[in-house]
Amino acid sequence: MSGHSSYEPKTGIERWLDTRLPIVRFGADLLDFPTPKNLNYWWTFGGILAMCLGIQIVTGIVLAMHYVPHVDYAFNSVERIMRDVNFGWLVRYMHANGASMFFIAVYIHMFRGLYYGSYKAPREILWILGCVIYLLMMATAFMGYVLPWGQMSFHGAVVITNLFGALPIVGESITTWLWGGFAVDNATLNRFFSLHFLLPFMIAGVVILHIWALHVPGNNNPTGVNVKSKEDTVPFHPYYTVKDGFAISLFLLMFATFVFFQPNALGDAVNYVPANPLVTPAHIVPEWYFLPFYAILRAVPDKLMGVLLMFGAIAMLFVLPWLDTSKVRSMRYRPTAKLYFGLFVLACLILGYCGGRLPDDPVIPGISTFQLLDADLNSMVWLSRVATAYYFGYFVVILPILGLTETPLPQPESISAPVLSHPANAPAGAAASPEKRG
Amino acid sequence: MADTVAGASPDPHAAGDDPSRRDFIHIAATTAAIGAVAGLAWPFIDQMNPAGDTLALASVEFDLTKVEQGQQVVLKWRGKPLFVRSRTGAEIAKAVKDDTASMRDPARDEDRHKPGKAEWLILVGTCTHLGCVPTFGGGDYGGWFCPCHGSHYDTSGRIRKGPAPTNLAVPEYAFLSDTKVKIG
Ligand code: HEM
Ligand code: FES
Repeated sequence: MSGHSSYEPKTGIERWLDTRLPIVRFGADLLDFPTPKNLNYWWTFGGILAMCLGIQIVTGIVLAMHYVPHVDYAFNSVERIMRDVNFGWLVRYMHANGASMFFIAVYIHMFRGLYYGSYKAPREILWILGCVIYLLMMATAFMGYVLPWGQMSFHGAVVITNLFGALPIVGESITTWLWGGFAVDNATLNRFFSLHFLLPFMIAGVVILHIWALHVPGNNNPTGVNVKSKEDTVPFHPYYTVKDGFAISLFLLMFATFVFFQPNALGDAVNYVPANPLVTPAHIVPEWYFLPFYAILRAVPDKLMGVLLMFGAIAMLFVLPWLDTSKVRSMRYRPTAKLYFGLFVLACLILGYCGGRLPDDPVIPGISTFQLLDADLNSMVWLSRVATAYYFGYFVVILPILGLTETPLPQPESISAPVLSHPANAPAGAAASPEKRG
Repeated sequence: MADTVAGASPDPHAAGDDPSRRDFIHIAATTAAIGAVAGLAWPFIDQMNPAGDTLALASVEFDLTKVEQGQQVVLKWRGKPLFVRSRTGAEIAKAVKDDTASMRDPARDEDRHKPGKAEWLILVGTCTHLGCVPTFGGGDYGGWFCPCHGSHYDTSGRIRKGPAPTNLAVPEYAFLSDTKVKIG
């Protein structure tokens, strides 16, 4: 990893252990890992994510002790957790809100990577492993949401599993196979519980690979410039254990605010109605973290194309390292890219907003403009279409071309250079001359 | 190789070094291992398909006198909703008139009910888009409207507007008498 290890076993027991299972050395090297000294708070979300996974696993195991995965009992067993199991309400609210917190953190973590070019060489594998974790998280959260077997659980499961039915020829066999029957039913609930239990541990496995892949090239940093010397780094502990710890504390404050004061704000009230396969709720929406993809799905009038585009939106992330042609990592030195990035974040937010509204809802209330093809121009459908076009355009047109045409700003020679050349750090009377320094 | 061995007394151990024999053993062992894994993979995949008892689901019989003219009853069949709709004369007329209209999944109304039983429309009540249950009487065509992504079905259950690719499916069923049907 960092090449050499600075760990020196001090006691006889440590020396004995070190030649048999060097686990203390492993931990010591992790804590000592040389980390760029300029990481900002956007870099604390990795630690926050690890904590979120831990919380989900601990609260999930507790829920699984009381939950019954059967169509006749699932809903009531969750209500029993809420009313009768000691502190069950706390554990369930932590788990349900924990999923939302997990996604808030992962989205910030991903936008961080997009902005600072953390997906570029030599971190492609690291980035792709992150995308795999994100996919597994989505599968886990989707199946978890089915477990309480409310109206949204049930009909959400119906809609999402039916997505696979859009595939030509094999579609129907795949949905039947996923369901274990001819509709979403007990067999489906049972296997979703089994998989919902399994996948978080697979995520934990991929997280280990992710960190391994991180420790080969080391962290990217806000300048995007490679670490050049020891002067550019500080040991992970105590510098980043403390910084991450502080960020985690703030994050937990927000988490606790939801759990204790607004535990149902991020959920849908309709999911407190027991599942009824014969009646679909009037307005079915996924959890907030899936809304942008749901908007893309609905932006397309064709079933298969809608599904392909929705999965394509995630596929873009996987191929991104080969789409961006710019050699400059950090957008700090790419003023034009910064602008397009801002619009990209906006497009994602707009998609999320559209996903939560009905396709025919007007964007500006009270006026109807004119019918364009199949919908009024002033409708969520058209707004989603514009945002979807930008989402894909950003990956397949803007990033490939921009890297070749833009003029980036000069990058600092090293991570330390901008700090040392800053007027505030210049020794009195001496002109700053960064090129002569480390 | 061959000539260096020529004339030497046959040594049973030397034969093991023959590269082609080694390759054969490697290929055979690898093939056997792949075959075993593939053979075992199938049971582990197929276990997720519908189990015997799920496949053996009984058909349902339904008494049509429970449905008022102009109304529908929804029953559960194989875990899915089933629409039994008693159509009014006007609804039938509208459906027949539209036989010639342009449609995504063209079908004539008379092919969607049993001969001489135009009143009774029996359909699988899952939207062919992503499986929601369309609401009775809604939409631009007076048949059903799917609230999930806005599919409009007419009074024959044909898709007329929205993302659904095909008409509401007609299940297998038969009239046992004038007032009784057996579905499945
Ligand atoms: C990546 C980690 C995880 C995520 C994102 C996640 C997400 C979710 C979500 C969104 C729900 C629905 C909550 C609700 O609205 O009621 C849920 C429920 C549930 N989860 Fe998880 N989960 C994770 C890990 C786990 C683990 C490791 C287990 C068990 C070992 C577990 C067991 C359960 C159980 C039993 C329920 C049903 C009870 C309930 O609905 O509150 N989860 N999960
Ligand atoms: S499920 Fe009916 S329109 Fe999408």
